[in-house]
Amino acid sequence: MELEPVIGLEVHAQLLTKSKIFCGCSTTFGASPNLHTCPVCLAMPGVLPVLNKEVVEFTLRMALATHCHISPISRFARKNYFYPDLPKGYQISQYELPIARNGWLEIEGDEAPKRIRIHRIHMEEDSGKLIHDEFQPVSYVDFNRTGVPLMEIVSEPDIRSPREASGYLRALREILRYLEICDGNMEEGSFRCDANISLRPPGREQLGVKAEIKNLNSFKNVQKALEFEIRRQRTLLERGESIVQETRLWDAGRNVTVSMRGKEEAHDYRYFPDPDLVPVVVDESWVEEVRQALPELPESKKERFSSQWGLPSHDAQVLISSRSLADYFEAVVKAFPRPKMASNWILSELLRELNRDERDMDACPITPQNLAELLQLIESGVLSGKIAKNVFQSMYETGDSPGNIVKKQGLIQVTDEGAIEAVIAEVLAENPEEVSRYQKGKEKLFGFFVGQVMKKTKGKANPQLVNDLLRKKLQPVK
Amino acid sequence: MPLHSLPVHELRHLLVQKEIKVSEVVQAYLDRVETLNVKINAYVTVMGESALKEAGLYDEGRKDLNASPLAGVPLAIKDVLCLRGTRTTCGSKMLENFVPPYDATVIEWMKSAGAVFLGKTNLDEFAMGSSNENSAFGPTRNPWNLSKVSGGSSGGSAAAVAAGLCSAALGTDTGGSIRQPASFCGVVGLKPTYGRVSRYGLVAFASSLDQVGPIARDVEDAALLLQTMAGYDSRDTTCVDLPVPDYMGGLKKSIGGMKLGIPKEYLIDGIHPDVALSMEKAIETFRTLGAETVEVSLPHTHYGVAAYYIIAPAEASSNLARYDGVKYGHRSTDARDLLSLYRRSRSEGFGAEVKRRIMLGTYALSAGYYDAYYKKASQVRTLIRNDFLKAFEKCDAIIAPVAPIPPFDIGEKVDDPLQMYLSDIFTLPASLAGIPGISVPCGFSGEHLPIGLQILGPHFAEESILRLAHHFERATDHHPGRPPVE
Repeated sequence: MELEPVIGLEVHAQLLTKSKIFCGCSTTFGASPNLHTCPVCLAMPGVLPVLNKEVVEFTLRMALATHCHISPISRFARKNYFYPDLPKGYQISQYELPIARNGWLEIEGDEAPKRIRIHRIHMEEDSGKLIHDEFQPVSYVDFNRTGVPLMEIVSEPDIRSPREASGYLRALREILRYLEICDGNMEEGSFRCDANISLRPPGREQLGVKAEIKNLNSFKNVQKALEFEIRRQRTLLERGESIVQETRLWDAGRNVTVSMRGKEEAHDYRYFPDPDLVPVVVDESWVEEVRQALPELPESKKERFSSQWGLPSHDAQVLISSRSLADYFEAVVKAFPRPKMASNWILSELLRELNRDERDMDACPITPQNLAELLQLIESGVLSGKIAKNVFQSMYETGDSPGNIVKKQGLIQVTDEGAIEAVIAEVLAENPEEVSRYQKGKEKLFGFFVGQVMKKTKGKANPQLVNDLLRKKLQPVK
Repeated sequence: MPLHSLPVHELRHLLVQKEIKVSEVVQAYLDRVETLNVKINAYVTVMGESALKEAGLYDEGRKDLNASPLAGVPLAIKDVLCLRGTRTTCGSKMLENFVPPYDATVIEWMKSAGAVFLGKTNLDEFAMGSSNENSAFGPTRNPWNLSKVSGGSSGGSAAAVAAGLCSAALGTDTGGSIRQPASFCGVVGLKPTYGRVSRYGLVAFASSLDQVGPIARDVEDAALLLQTMAGYDSRDTTCVDLPVPDYMGGLKKSIGGMKLGIPKEYLIDGIHPDVALSMEKAIETFRTLGAETVEVSLPHTHYGVAAYYIIAPAEASSNLARYDGVKYGHRSTDARDLLSLYRRSRSEGFGAEVKRRIMLGTYALSAGYYDAYYKKASQVRTLIRNDFLKAFEKCDAIIAPVAPIPPFDIGEKVDDPLQMYLSDIFTLPASLAGIPGISVPCGFSGEHLPIGLQILGPHFAEESILRLAHHFERATDHHPGRPPVE
């Protein structure tokens, strides 16, 4: 049976504001339990929420970056349910009137670039955390996270494969990071995802019965959980059984999704407009102000990298994958205006090292100025490509400039023709047999001679000179 | 006039003239509380020690009596306003031992104005009720007749002012909770415009309706207290940033030519003849004072009770969810798991009326019922508000009874919640519309129980309703009422 997956994602992004959404407490992660609390976020009797304007500002950035329609008036609503990590007994969220709707995001689709529509974006508050005692039946509550601002981004069911889901999440995270409003760390929970998935025969308009999958705490898990869920639903449908609408949890240990609660057990959240908060009014001038201050976003940066710097699409795609990488590249090019060469070194050498050490671009030991200097040394023939790679290694390990390293290690390329000729003469004298075979037409041996010369000069000989001089010396004597 | 009957503005005169010490005044009140509170049950918590200590600061000259018009004035506070370091019970077993680590904004402002707090007054649990019979600490009795209710939910504050157990008091009004007990106890009570006074630190019953206001011996005192309470507070975003007029100064202006609307819908069947009679006399008095009267129509009045008893319980059901036994307040000692912790703590901590309203509100917000109840009620609320806006095109203020009946017997309506709810019929519409209203004594029933007149004004027109009430008060002899309790 041919079946097409239909996937929609709900993403919760923790916003990098200094203080919480409805009080002045710090949002800093990792403090000792209940340090960042006050009567307001502890829901003591009589306290009132006051909206942090920065939360609106951050959400507007995202709404504009994803081409959303921004509501001039939106409202906060209460989502009522009991849980110990929810001190008020309700979460302040947005329901009927979210701040933004109807946007889109472009991703690399399975076949071609593809637009994923965004249904809505709204603001809400995070809950606290329960800590369960391992040795006795006691649980503790840490309210530090209570009231940390979240932005919920709900996609339309436009995603058709686990790979696209992952692509959408990466694109979303890229934008959040570009906008500097969320650090996008899935493992630490600052970027969370729930997935809605159903199957249907291709071409059919009507959606199938969906399952909602929770507990997806890494990109890999999103993909694996969706793959599992597609198999599970397909098997059921092929057997002629029906899908039950339910919420399922991803069990990363066993690589399966398990039923958490059915439709009947679904909460009735009794949403209603929060009477403690006045409507959020966003006027044209505020939107315009935020729009003016938006940084260049990944999509347009990619286009510019191709057009302005003449980079191949693949290079541009990788370079824009994080704002700090893109900025790094541009800083190198500014000091050394040969973009393709800069791109090659960054993509092959630099990213390899960083990835191996799982280091962020921000922790890169080589400054863009130093990399530019290294490229300059290669360009002007002071360093051979091979030596340059060794210098690069030292730069990465020590953070020192290439100039210093070259000086300390005496690595300057030998360009003295006389010196090279002397070495060549040595090599030819030591290998008479190879010389005669070469001269009889075995031209492949040329590389062997180059290698021998480079070996004797410890790689410092200018390769171009070595080539030229060798060719001259190896010509059969007439 | 005995000390305990003096209005604030006269007491202040004696204090400033050094004719009497603050500690003497405070001690006199505390002595009276000592003898009378057992009969009336107006106070839940008496703060004798801290009040005397505070009074001492003035007497020793360490605090300046001239610093503010409330300096050294002994006040009572409805026990739904948070006072740092003193338990705030809300009349509930749930918060019997809750001590807030913060002051309500109005408390903070009263403190910096130099008021001395005598104690926290009794109320219907979480301000839900019209008779003060829903308090976990027993009903507050009416000082005019101890077998009658004090009204509610600010019954403790109203009874304390009437019985001379404080100079003035703070109350809160959600659907009539300042105006109705003020009326029942023969004192003045003002519910300000929604947004005029900060709600920060007022333990929420129904957030879109709750307002803090003064309960006082006369209108001048009410104006004096409102002057300190009103104003913008950045901790309450529903608080409106409008300049606070000079209420005291406004009292002296003439009311000649002011137009008073008489809503025809308020002359309903079932209005008690004594109430109807005192209304007629009040209208006559205003005419004598030079005000004109016009008939106005508030056509959606009879939907007020229904709309209110959807909206207020809906908000309450959510506001009271925080009392779950996890963080503070009553926690059941025999809970076995999370669910039983919730169930038992809440079952044991809340009284019957609170539970009734939580259930009403939860139902009204439930999936499938929201549109029929909560949403419809909100629409009705808009219609009621529009009724008033339209009526105020024809008049400067509206006069009406506060309650259709005089104070009733304790126990009379406890088992009939609907009858109890209907006693709020004249106060609820103004609450739903968010407009200000004042209750001022306008006569006595055949049983010699106080009856109050309600004056309603447009949004933020506290100044004009205070002025009307002031002139009315001076033209009549219902004030200052002195109940026979001793």
